[in-house]
Amino acid sequence: MFKTLLIKYGEIAIKGKNRHLFEDALVRQIVHALKPVEGDFYVHKSQGRIYVDCQSAYDFEETVEALQCVFGIVGICPVMKVEDRGLEELGNDAIEFLQNVYDIHDQSFKVVTRRARKSYPIESMEVNCELGGRILEAFPEMSVNVHNPQITLHVEIREMIYIYSKIIPGPGGMPVGTNGKAMLLLSGGIDSPVAGYMICKRGVKLDATYFHAPPYTSERAKQKVVDLAKQVAKYSGPIDLHIVNFTDIQLYIYDKCPHDELTIIMRRYMMKIAEHFAKESGSLALITGESIGQVASQTMQSLAATNEVCTIPVFRPLIGFDKQEIVDVAEKIGTYETSILPYEDCCTIFVAKHPVTKPNLNAIKRSEQKLNEKIEELVTEAIRTTETVRIG
Amino acid sequence: MEAYLDNSATTRCTQRVRDAVVQVMMEDYGNPSSKHMKGVEAERYLKDARETVARTLKVNEKEIYFTSGATESNNWALIGAARANRRAGMHLITTAVEHPAVLMPMQYLEEQGFRVTYLPVDSKGHISLQDLEQALCEDTILVSMMYVNNEVGTVEPIEEAARIVKKYNPDILFHTDAVQAYGKMRIYPKRAGIDMLSVSAHKIHGPKGIGFLYVNEKVKIHPLILGGGQQKGMRSGTDNVPGAAGLAQAAREAYERLEESREHLLDLKKRMTDGLEQMDSVAVLSEKGDSSAPHIVSASFPGVRSEVLLHALEDRGIYVSAGSACSSNKKLPVSAVLKELHLSPELLDSTLRFSFSRYTTAEEIDYCLQALRELLPVLRRYARH
Repeated sequence: MFKTLLIKYGEIAIKGKNRHLFEDALVRQIVHALKPVEGDFYVHKSQGRIYVDCQSAYDFEETVEALQCVFGIVGICPVMKVEDRGLEELGNDAIEFLQNVYDIHDQSFKVVTRRARKSYPIESMEVNCELGGRILEAFPEMSVNVHNPQITLHVEIREMIYIYSKIIPGPGGMPVGTNGKAMLLLSGGIDSPVAGYMICKRGVKLDATYFHAPPYTSERAKQKVVDLAKQVAKYSGPIDLHIVNFTDIQLYIYDKCPHDELTIIMRRYMMKIAEHFAKESGSLALITGESIGQVASQTMQSLAATNEVCTIPVFRPLIGFDKQEIVDVAEKIGTYETSILPYEDCCTIFVAKHPVTKPNLNAIKRSEQKLNEKIEELVTEAIRTTETVRIG
Repeated sequence: MEAYLDNSATTRCTQRVRDAVVQVMMEDYGNPSSKHMKGVEAERYLKDARETVARTLKVNEKEIYFTSGATESNNWALIGAARANRRAGMHLITTAVEHPAVLMPMQYLEEQGFRVTYLPVDSKGHISLQDLEQALCEDTILVSMMYVNNEVGTVEPIEEAARIVKKYNPDILFHTDAVQAYGKMRIYPKRAGIDMLSVSAHKIHGPKGIGFLYVNEKVKIHPLILGGGQQKGMRSGTDNVPGAAGLAQAAREAYERLEESREHLLDLKKRMTDGLEQMDSVAVLSEKGDSSAPHIVSASFPGVRSEVLLHALEDRGIYVSAGSACSSNKKLPVSAVLKELHLSPELLDSTLRFSFSRYTTAEEIDYCLQALRELLPVLRRYARH
């Protein structure tokens, strides 16, 4: 029944002179998100509001679900749009609205009018009283409660008049594309997709790098990562996924370095390679799903040791999260089910029984000296043979 | 070069099977239940398919029911027969190494109040006939035993087992899951005392989604799928005519030159096992020669995880199955069958299954052996410690 959705956005509104940039980005993201949804949508902004006009038959639930993936949206309000035909008619419209939206009519309510068009002859308070009275007449079981009503009926008077009472929460954050781009180190696990989601929530566009190690990891493990990237792309928009064949580097490290340092040294090379692709495509930071102390390679000492190879910032949005908190987000964004599919990833295949938990950076660097002969060549080769796929 | 050595998982359709399926899908596409000519025409295909299959087993065509495949056939045989005969008794016997399509229905029947005995196997996968004899009791109504084990190729002593069962009580039903046996050996259920037999078409170069259950006309069995009353009301649902035509063609080809194919498969098996045995620390699990299935060779490669070896072979265009999902990865179940064979954890983790078809060539076997010779030393060097 609703032909128009009013999009509420929060933080953008305070962005001063850049405001239109944020609004335009939000409109762009909304248009992108609605592309796969059946129906003709017209997304436009006017007077500090964004509206989605549904110009054909459409699936309300599917549309709302798509909009709930667009960062920057705080609320989605299905509105009834009416022409200004005087206060008498507006009363009829309000009654019709309640009639259509609610099955029963015994709730407490209040009317909140916003007179954005100041030329409207009647003041907001007066409109509130008038409409309140009409509603009470039409639905004698309803009652007015201005402090804690069950229904808040919003009436916004602009060129047209908009009536709505429900605000469906959006994901919040800022429109993707308003805060640059970053490179996500995406594994098949639970954490990294969540880390990507958290960063792109702040308006950051994503690319991703995945390391696979055939034959130690399978084609299915790779497909799993592609599936995860697809799910994250619902929020972030298109992702360029770089798939790096890491086997030879891994085996070389295994041959030359102490086995309890394998994971740390391996991760240092992963960071280096990810940074290469970040710089190449204009990403300004790396993103990982690390959380302090979760595993041996994520102790403070290990994080410091892997961080040391990077020249651009490394963001770790999950750094203070417990596993369960991460799982909760993963479930919310729909990556959990895929993440727990049991395929080995390249971080676990050569893991030592007792890896170092407090690596000494100098010792690690000494071990890496042993790689001097071939490692540059192997890294160059890994970068050269990397396959890049556009996801989403 | 490519070598598809996973024919126990599924096979490629032959050209003639494809032609038969396409003919029915595109030209003779009627519904056998229709009264008009198109329906009669389609019914003819069904009848022909039934006759063809019946002939390979020397049974009556009325005893052949088409299903969606062996999983459905097994489910129906076990659950349908158990339900129909529950007044005679509540005890069932099977083996510990059956396919999940038998084990899961058995578990379901246990939940329904039936008692199930699972016969253990020896280190080669054989059940013991003494165990079977001891398990039989007055309450027994059904024995289900796979003909050929799908993971190691062990041939169970079906005829002897059926004889023992029938001698004890001729009313006890004997079912066999013959998925890996049909098309590889001659099976005559009536002579062997087999009352029900499950088969899948896609293991013998037929299409997926079709199989059949042979049910001796004397067997009391309830249908599982109710509906429009097709196949004498025993298995409702619009007849899968293209599937049946494909199955019939595949069965015809499999049995046309069975002895020739069998010789060829045995040669391949010998070539494979000889090659494997010449390598350092490789354990061939399957029995040699014609005492086990001619098309399955299972072997362990200690020091290499099967999944890794599988992907390394895949990289060279060689496709095989991992006999067991890695037991050190707790998320994955260990193959029940290999566990029953009492392998050490190391062998369990490193087992591959190579399975052939009559179209497999000696060159493919050699190519695979050569790849193994090259890969094993490298992969063993990088084992997890």
